[in-house]
This record gives sequence, structure tokens and C-alpha cells, in this order.
Amino acid sequence: MSMDTIEADEVDVSDVLGSAIERREDPALITGEGTYTDDIQDPEMAHMAVLRSQYGHAEIESIDTSEAEAMDGVIAVYTAEDIEETGTPGDLPVGWLLPNLKTPSHPILAKDRVRYQGDGVAVVVAEERYVAQDALDRIDVEYDRLDAVVDPKAAVDESAPQVHEWEDSDVQSNQAFDWEIGDGDATDEAFENAAHTVSVDLENQRLIPNAMEPRATVAEYKPGTEELEVFMTSQNPHLHRQLMSAVLGVPEHKIRVVAPEVGGGFGSKIHHYPDEALTSWCSMQLKRPVKWQATRSETYLTDAHGRDHITHGELAMDEDGTITGMRVKTYAGMGAYLSTFAPAVPTYLYGTLLSGQYDIPAIHCNVIGAFTNGAPVDAYRGAGRPEAIYVVERLVTLGAREMGMDPAEFRRQNFVPSDGFPHETPVAVVYDSGDYEPALDKALEMVDYEALRERQAELREDGRYLGIGFSSYIEACGLAPSELAGQLGAQAGLWESGLVRVHPTGKVTAFSGTSGHGQGHETTYAQIVSDELGIPYDDIEIVEGDTDEIPQGMGTYGSRSAAVGGSALVTSSQKVVEKARKIAAHLLETGEEDIEFENGEFSVTGAPERSMTIQEVAQQAYLAHNMPEGVEPGLEETSFYDPDNFTFPFGTHVAVVEVDPESGEIEFEQYAAVDDVGNQINPKIVEGQVHGGIAQGIGQALYEQAVYDDNGTLVSGSMQDYAVPKAEHIPHMDTDDTVTPSPHNPLGVKGVGEAGTIAAPQAVVNAVTDALSPFGVDHIDMPITEEKVWRAVNESEEGS
Amino acid sequence: MTENDITLTVNGTEHDLTVEPRTLLVHALRDELGYTGANVGCESSLCGACTVDMDGDAVKSCTVLAVQADGTEIETVEGLAEDDEFHPIQEGFQKEHGLQCGYCTPGMMMTAKDLLERNSSPDEGEIREALEGNLCRCTGYQNIVNAVEFAADRMDADTAEDVAADGGTATIDDSDVGRTEGQ
Repeated sequence: MSMDTIEADEVDVSDVLGSAIERREDPALITGEGTYTDDIQDPEMAHMAVLRSQYGHAEIESIDTSEAEAMDGVIAVYTAEDIEETGTPGDLPVGWLLPNLKTPSHPILAKDRVRYQGDGVAVVVAEERYVAQDALDRIDVEYDRLDAVVDPKAAVDESAPQVHEWEDSDVQSNQAFDWEIGDGDATDEAFENAAHTVSVDLENQRLIPNAMEPRATVAEYKPGTEELEVFMTSQNPHLHRQLMSAVLGVPEHKIRVVAPEVGGGFGSKIHHYPDEALTSWCSMQLKRPVKWQATRSETYLTDAHGRDHITHGELAMDEDGTITGMRVKTYAGMGAYLSTFAPAVPTYLYGTLLSGQYDIPAIHCNVIGAFTNGAPVDAYRGAGRPEAIYVVERLVTLGAREMGMDPAEFRRQNFVPSDGFPHETPVAVVYDSGDYEPALDKALEMVDYEALRERQAELREDGRYLGIGFSSYIEACGLAPSELAGQLGAQAGLWESGLVRVHPTGKVTAFSGTSGHGQGHETTYAQIVSDELGIPYDDIEIVEGDTDEIPQGMGTYGSRSAAVGGSALVTSSQKVVEKARKIAAHLLETGEEDIEFENGEFSVTGAPERSMTIQEVAQQAYLAHNMPEGVEPGLEETSFYDPDNFTFPFGTHVAVVEVDPESGEIEFEQYAAVDDVGNQINPKIVEGQVHGGIAQGIGQALYEQAVYDDNGTLVSGSMQDYAVPKAEHIPHMDTDDTVTPSPHNPLGVKGVGEAGTIAAPQAVVNAVTDALSPFGVDHIDMPITEEKVWRAVNESEEGS
Repeated sequence: MTENDITLTVNGTEHDLTVEPRTLLVHALRDELGYTGANVGCESSLCGACTVDMDGDAVKSCTVLAVQADGTEIETVEGLAEDDEFHPIQEGFQKEHGLQCGYCTPGMMMTAKDLLERNSSPDEGEIREALEGNLCRCTGYQNIVNAVEFAADRMDADTAEDVAADGGTATIDDSDVGRTEGQ
């Protein structure tokens, strides 16, 4: 099924919300007019390049920069010592603190020791990009190589090489934290009393985000005003401003951060990396604009990686297959340093989702965070939630197999029932709303399940292996509320700001603190504001991504933009309408309670001919010749919306594959996705987000993996070695939906950005293991390569 | 380093410029001439974000030296639209939601153009195969395939209209005409 887009001028204001309007972002992007960071040019601009450690772990014995400095066109070469000499704080902060968390210092240039391949050692600033790169080769660094550790479970072994030395601790260990959630005793009891149990050992492999635009920064320090202007690849400009202020010691109000067009993020452009601070610092030293543009190989080495879990999971069931308990132990790789929000990802974003769509009375989860000699790990599309649902959905699939039950029916039996909401799980979250069976039913219908099972049996007779894999997922979006986040260790609020400015002409500019990078916010936000104000869509301009224009903001990640940012715009719009209602009532000489507002028009109840449009009210509000008492001139409102709770989108995806046990090849036959993301502002944009998410999930299931060798050298360091899926690798996807609005935000939206990435991996893994069930294959770790299939079949009892 | 004087004709405009022998075509286009539509995604020919048309063929401009392109005709994304009218491929990408962040899009469209010039009605498999050198991380490719199909239909209809206008006998599929109205 393919949905057609609609031109904006074909949509009446009363239908604007929920229409598949064409994206207003597209004309600039399809004509080459969009400005990405590297498109910014300035004749005064110098270019920075970073010398990065080629070793995973080594002492720096000496750095000789003299030969590089002597090169024509080289302006300066800096090391950690130079940064220290200027008194710059120079250390990246951690944005989420856990109890007893070890927080190593993370300097923006390594001083005595490098801890992962890619750790910055020195920077060159040159007149030209190529010269800066050339000069890196002329810097002579003497290293004393050290043993490395890259496996998170091996890293916490006492004998492992130590990534950090802890001066304030007697215990030298790579353990960053030991965190738990749930009731251990109740869970143990559930397992003691269980009629059936299943368990699985699995890895959720390390991934590299691979936004198509590599990270980049253009910084210009203006000595006259002492202002620092930074254009950068950011998902959250205000947060970057705040963090950069701490790193550089420049007051926040003297920094402007702008995210121009941003070519994808998937989490990787949330965090504060050394590079943007280094570019800014160089500009401050040299008093001229400086540009840094990462190469693809730099992004492989230094973009925060995702996932990296080693997990043992267990499920307890009673005699009829009702789930009674779940126990999970996970070793989570953190990499060499704690990236900005890294501690939250394998803990509060992971352990709290382990109940999935199921009513499970007892859950216990223990997560050990481990430092390793790899790139720091942080949020990557889904962030913690894909890891959780992968464990749940693998265990539930194995549970059904243990019980000899159909995997769809086993799920149905254990779902939180439709009358069970709000539903409090044993892992500290309350699901806002849900209705899981209709999504499952729709997915079964889309693949014609009964016929498919029959065909599967027939094909097996011919030695062909069809597999059907289910994934009934849940996710937590729109992280909230700020007070709770604070109690859990967040060093930031989770509100969002929105400013709605109605101009004297009746046109509107609305400002949001979120910062889109491909999601189509300008289109969806204009739909929201148009609907609230009754002002035509084309009369509404949306501004994002500039700290000088937008009051404050938290940015775009965790599928928060519509639920939190959109709600802030709704609140501000409603405030605008209320103020305009006061003015209209005054001008129409009646009481406020007698004024009705619909589709942009204020009218007197019972006397519709006495009316004013909101545009006329705006004009009067700025003329201010005749205002009601106590009402200020002008028509604009700001709000800071702090959500009451997360939202919990859900759905069921079904992958149908055929596996050739001889060659290990996996071929998609169908991929069906039913997602419930609450109300949809623009269904075409929702569909696009689902498609893209599934593609990344399939990428994880079948192709992608960041691989380090034992020395901490990144083996998958280029697109030649790391398999970003191509058009031929991703099947046709059939998408459909159910709609269960979120009860606690004014739009009833839930969030869709990560749904596909959370849902797809286990749909595919469950399909492959279903296909191979005649061989007794229970589990294959991702990415499921042909070799792994072949080995699993050949090493299984039935296959050998 | 020695420098070379070269001439590039970009979107019909001739430019004389001086480059180092190692300067990549994409950097000459972007940094020297200001055509920033082609993007640099990998500098290794693997992602295709920098694809431009050189003398009628789609090339990855991150692995062509500017000196190799001396004397050629280059077309970039900036040259796709004519007289403020989107090229059918651009129209397809917008109508079918064939882009999200837009970073891979210029390269994707230039590859699609190359494909449609060789094969005016490719099937889904042929489109996916033709796009194998262009990576996209946002869209899941499905709507990109739809965008190319849209463009193929539209270009077919345009050709049929031209034939008809010349007194030819080609017939126009009603559904195609309907889709092109009001553009």
C-alpha cells in the first residue's frame, strides 16, 4: 500500500491535522539549495584536522609538532598542553549520573594516554583542508602500546587491562556501574515455582550510526563582542551550547549554536564530542573562522557507537504458558569514556522496558557497565529500548516453542489486556494506553497467517525452509517528566519550549526548541499550529535549530519532538487564542464566555454575524488603540511544556523469510508492520519514519556490526567493511496502523522515530530461527550472516 | 605543489580554474565553484552522495580528480530543474517522500537520471540494482524506488505528449495525465 501526498493548498484548515501534506522542506533539498555545515564558506576560513590515535590503548611518550608547524599553509598545531595553558576547562561533562557511577575525566585532547583508536592527540589548523590533512602525517607521536580489552564481559574480569586508573578508589576495575531494577526476591520465587523456564545467551552487537552527513563544525569567535558563533551538526543546539560553555569556559549567553541542514543523526549528533569544542577553541585562539569536517573514517572511529550488550535472559512460565517471571543480566560496553547520556541508555532506557507488551508479575534486571578500549557508546536510534525488546521477544519466542504453542497465540495470552491501562510494570514505568491485540490481528491478516503456516509445512516437505518471525514491541518515547528524570540522575530537564508569534498581518512564526534532521518538523509543526489557530498552513513559518532565535530547547531525540515539542506549540497556540479571545470579546462588546472560536474566527454565541477573524484580532493587538484593561499589546506566547509521563507506542511486525540451510542465504518473502503511534499528524511522514526505522533494524539483524580486534583496532572502519544496507538489501515493507491516542498530551501522539528500529531486529531473528526450527536451532546472534546460518545448521544435532 | 589550469562546464556555464593535481572533482565543484549540491559522504565511492553527471555518465565525484574532468560537461543537482520547473525526478522525490534528511538525495537523483536515460521503464528490481552505489540511511529505500517509478511514468507521459504535439500517434495513458496535472 502506498499513500499519496497532498499539496498544501488542497487542504482546508479544518482538515490540516492528519493530512499527508507534502514536505515543505523538500524544494530546497532537491535543488541543492539546502545549506549543510560543510556548505558554509568564508574567505577568512581556516581548516582544522584532528590527529587521532591509531592504537586502541597506549601511553603517549612524546609529541613533536615542529615539522608540521613548519609547513607552508599551516597556521598552528595544538596539543593538550596548549589547551591547559589557556586555562580552558577542556573536560567533557557526563549528563546522566547513576549511583556509584565512576566518571573518568574525558579531556578534549588526550594528554598522557590514549584509550581508544580515534582518541584525539593533536589538532592542526591550516589555510586549506588538504594541507591540514597533510600536516597530520608530519606530527611525530611516540607511543608505548598497552594491552587492550574490547569485550564488556571480559573487561570486568580482575585480570583485564585497566582502561582508567582511579586515584580516589582502592579498587582498580573497569566496572563503571552495577545497576539493578525490579524485585529480585519475587523473581527468584517465580523461577522456583515455575512449571517451565527458558533461557538465552545473546549479544546485541555494537553498531555504528552512519548518518550520511559526517559530523562537522564551523566556529567563529568575534573578539570585538567576545561572542562565539558555532554552526554544527547538532540534534540539540541549546544543549550543545550549555555543554560547550562548560567545556570552553565561555558564558552561555555569549555562544550562539546553529544547526543548519543536518544530514541525519540517529542519536549520533546528540552528544558533545571533543571536536566541536576543539574547533571553537581554535577559532578563539586564532580569531578567525575555523571549519572541521569529519571524514567517513573519523565518523567510524569516533561517532558514539550503539548497543554492545552481552546478556543472559530467562523466562518463567506456569503450566499453561502464562509468564510468571523474567530475569536478565547484562554486561553493557560503555567504551573508553562516558559519552554525554551514556549511563542512561543501558539502565533507565533498557531495564524499564523489559516487560514489553506483557503482563509479567516479577522482573529483575542487573546491568554491569564496563569501560573498554572502544569508542564511547551512547544513544543510537532506539537507545536501550531495542536492546530490551530484543531480549523480551527472543525469550517470548523461545517460551512459545517450549510450550509447543503458536508464537502469536502465546503472545496474545500474555499481553496486558486492553482494559488493563494504565498499566504499572514491575520495572517502574506506567504504560499510558494500549490495545495490543488489534495490532497483532491486523499483522496476522496482512501476511495471511493461517495460509502461510500451511505453506510453511508444505515447503518443508520439499526441503525448503520458510520462517515467520513476530515482534510485538513497545517503546517509551517523549522522556518525561523532568522531576522524575532528575531523581534518576539526569543533569538536564525533559521539557520543551515553543513560541508562537502572530504578526500584525496575521501571518505566524513559531519557534521550537527541538531540532529536526530529516524528520519533517517544519511541515508537521505548521500543521499543528495551523490547526490550533485556524490560520492557513502556508501562512505559518517554523523556526528550529538556532539558540539566538529560540528561547530555550532540549532538542530532537528519543521520539520526543511531536509529543513534547508539538505539545509546547499547542500550549502556546492555546495561550494565543485565549489572549485573542479577550481582545475579540472587548472589541465585539461582549463577555469572553460568550465568544466562540472555530477555524480562525471569533464570533458571539447566538449572533454569528458579530465576528472577527484571528488575523483581524492580531492587527488590533498590535495597533493597541483599544485594548481590554490589563491586556498587553501584541500577540505572541511562549510555553515550557513538561510532559506528565512517557508515551508508549507499540505494534506488531512480522517478517517472513526463506532460509537456505545449504548456503545460509536468507531471502525476504514479506515484511508487514502494524504500528500504533497514537494520533498521526502527517501519515506520510509517519510511514517514512517507519520505513527508515525498519531498514536500520534489518541492518542490525543481518548486516551491521562494529568489530574491534583484541588490540582495540576497529576492523569495520569503512563502508567497505561495515555493511550499511543498500537498496537491494531492504525488502518491500507493507505498513498499516491502529490508533490508540496517548491520554496525557494534547495531541494524543506517541512518537514514531524509533519504532521500526526497535521492532525489526527480532522479527527477522525470530523468522530465521523459526525457519531453522527443524534443525533444532534456537538462537543465532546478530548480524545473522550466511556463515552463521550455515554453522548453526551444521553444528546442530539435526543438521550434523 | 604544481597546479593545473582546467576548464569545467558546469550546468552549461564554463569555468576556468586552477587546481592541484590531487584535487577531487567534488572539492573543485564545492569549494572552488560553489556548487555545494553534491555532498561528500565517504570519500571512497561507496555512498554515492557526491554523484554528478560527467559527459552523460553518473560518476562519484569524490573519486574523480578535477584534472581528469578537464574539458568535460558536468551536470549537478543545481542543473536538474529547468526554467524553475522541477525535473520529473525531483518531482518524484517530493511526491513520493523519497527523502528525509536530504543528504544523499542529490546523488540519488543523479543516479536515477542516469538509469532513466538508459532504461525508460525500469522495474523495481532494476531500480534497486541501479541504486546499489547510493546509500541512504533515512528512507528505507522504498519511497526512493517509488520516486524513480513516478519519474519514469512522468517522463514517458511527457515523451508521449511531445510525440502527440508533433502530430504523432502516441496515446497518453489517462492515469499519467491525471498525475501530471496541476504540477
